[in-house]
Amino acid sequence: MPDMAKLTIAQALNQALEAALMEDSAVVILGEDVGKDGGVFRITDGLFEKFGGDRVIDTPLAESGIVGTSVGLAMAGMKPVAEIQFFGFIYETMDQIASQAARVRFRSLGRYSAPMVIRAPFGGGVKAPEIHSDSLEALFTHTPGIKVVVPSNPYDAKGLLLSAIDDPDPVLFLEPMRLYRAFRDEVPEEAYRVPLGKASVVREGTDVTLIGWGPSMALVLAAADELVAQYDIAPEVVDLRTLTPLDEETIVTSVQKTQRAVVVHEAVRTSGFGGEIAALIQEKAFLYLEAPVLRVTGYDTPYPMTMFEDLWLPDTSQVVTAALSSVRF
Amino acid sequence: MTQTTTPQLVETDVRLRLFERMVILRRFEKRVYDLFLQGFVKGTSHLSIGQEAIAAGFGEAMRSDDWTFATYRGHAHTLSRGVDMAPVMAELMGRAGGLMAGKGGSMHLTSVEHGMMGSYAIVGAHLPIAVGAAFSAKYRKSGQVAVCFFGDGTTNIGAFHEALNFAAVYRLPVVFVCENNLYMEYTAIHDVTAVEHPAADRAAAYGLERIIVDGNDVSEMYRIAQARLTRARDGYGPSLIEALTYRHNGHSRADPGKYRPDAEVAAWMERDPIPAYRERLEREGVTTQALDAIEERVSIAVDRATESAKASPPPPAEAAYRDVWSDGGWQWRS
Repeated sequence: MPDMAKLTIAQALNQALEAALMEDSAVVILGEDVGKDGGVFRITDGLFEKFGGDRVIDTPLAESGIVGTSVGLAMAGMKPVAEIQFFGFIYETMDQIASQAARVRFRSLGRYSAPMVIRAPFGGGVKAPEIHSDSLEALFTHTPGIKVVVPSNPYDAKGLLLSAIDDPDPVLFLEPMRLYRAFRDEVPEEAYRVPLGKASVVREGTDVTLIGWGPSMALVLAAADELVAQYDIAPEVVDLRTLTPLDEETIVTSVQKTQRAVVVHEAVRTSGFGGEIAALIQEKAFLYLEAPVLRVTGYDTPYPMTMFEDLWLPDTSQVVTAALSSVRF
Repeated sequence: MTQTTTPQLVETDVRLRLFERMVILRRFEKRVYDLFLQGFVKGTSHLSIGQEAIAAGFGEAMRSDDWTFATYRGHAHTLSRGVDMAPVMAELMGRAGGLMAGKGGSMHLTSVEHGMMGSYAIVGAHLPIAVGAAFSAKYRKSGQVAVCFFGDGTTNIGAFHEALNFAAVYRLPVVFVCENNLYMEYTAIHDVTAVEHPAADRAAAYGLERIIVDGNDVSEMYRIAQARLTRARDGYGPSLIEALTYRHNGHSRADPGKYRPDAEVAAWMERDPIPAYRERLEREGVTTQALDAIEERVSIAVDRATESAKASPPPPAEAAYRDVWSDGGWQWRS
């Protein structure tokens, strides 16, 4: 048996970054406060001391500069891993991500590319204000050329981050803030990979498919327990893990079996990624469906003030209610 | 496209090479203008006729593995790195034989072999990217320098300031070259900028020297390029150069440039960098025949490039669906 330790997501990510820096001298980490101070969420803690300021780089507070510099590093053959301190700050970088990083390959006939990772803590539930809690993943699933990866547990966090750093395309790596230290899992000591583009069937079931990613997985799993215990319903739970490229097969196969689906995300409802999944399911499994595909999401508002956060965020009871209405449709 | 249509580097005298580079850029772009009027050039195009001395001076001074980052006004910078005229011409016409197989167009000229890291259509976007490339050169101690060309309008965009600060803080080997042609698109830079010299007057904010040069004097451009490239290569960090120049045409194909006073245009036409340099070379003893021979050779090359580009077929429709991802395709589902 390989060495296993019980780690949080935060610790697992730190291990992945350390492994990447050890494995490949082309890997550099850059971002605001990531060096001497180890990052606002401590994800890069200790790496500056081990690898030095040439590889773990404290940058100015300038998100467009951080990502633009990463594009140039990547085009010149390096493997930058940039940290954007909160995902809401990503708006500052939209040109560099959407107009540059995501299109370098397309414009240059594949001669240049921008293999880089942009890490960003995201999602609500930690009593942080708007812009610090927003879920903006759909901006990037709507941007051809950038992959979007969202782990929900320590094992996946480490394996997916190493795969993201290996990947020849630019990757946006979203880290659920509220799960950073919420629980521990067994995580192997060695540098393993979890492939991008593969969803995980976390729990097998027959009655309804619950689909989520990142921070939503916590409530999806709690709702699944409740459905089994109190309603004798056997939900199948799918953790997408990667939004782009999307594991269409796992979703469609599951819904063909259960004939029902509920998608859960924190992001606002309209034009959220849940709509894309609902469209996919009706395209590929229409005749299997016994009920409309339902969505449990945030409201179509800016992220609320802290005192209303718990009211605003999707919760377990909403997921249970949606699953019941699907099953009873 | 087997036949070479770039005759440059034939001359051994640097002065003649500088002259030849400028003639290539001028004749190429004049032809592009004609081809645009004839409907051959697709999309848009932004000419830099009148600004050739900057691209020629840097093109001559740069090491073959240095990097160029240019704006959408980037034909001259691409050619001045030694990229063959025919594929550039074909690219502007949207042909399969184009530099980007017809896919990038005038605003995205790129050539890995020539260190041409791309032309960028978004004003200011390429300054941080050039900084990143320079970062890699410093990290690897490769001795390469990134040269980033941009217009005066760029100096009022946030990315300009973010990039200069980054470059200065980490002492990166990058040379920023502001081609100040006095107008952003249609509006005079002077009307919308807090300082007289949009680049040079900001240099002090990043601890850099205030450098203003005559961007219409190719020998001056060559000299400053050499000096600043060497300085960057030797580890002394970035430079910001403001080169004063003027575009003879409007901003883009849609712009006749009527917002410019006639007297101003006339004065700058008098300062056209190519006749001025030609006169100087003649004064220095270069024969008329030698200079005429260069003009003739370039003229033939431009004709050949035009013929070659016209003979190239349009790209296949599949090209629009290639190279989104590293597997070469466009499918976003696994």
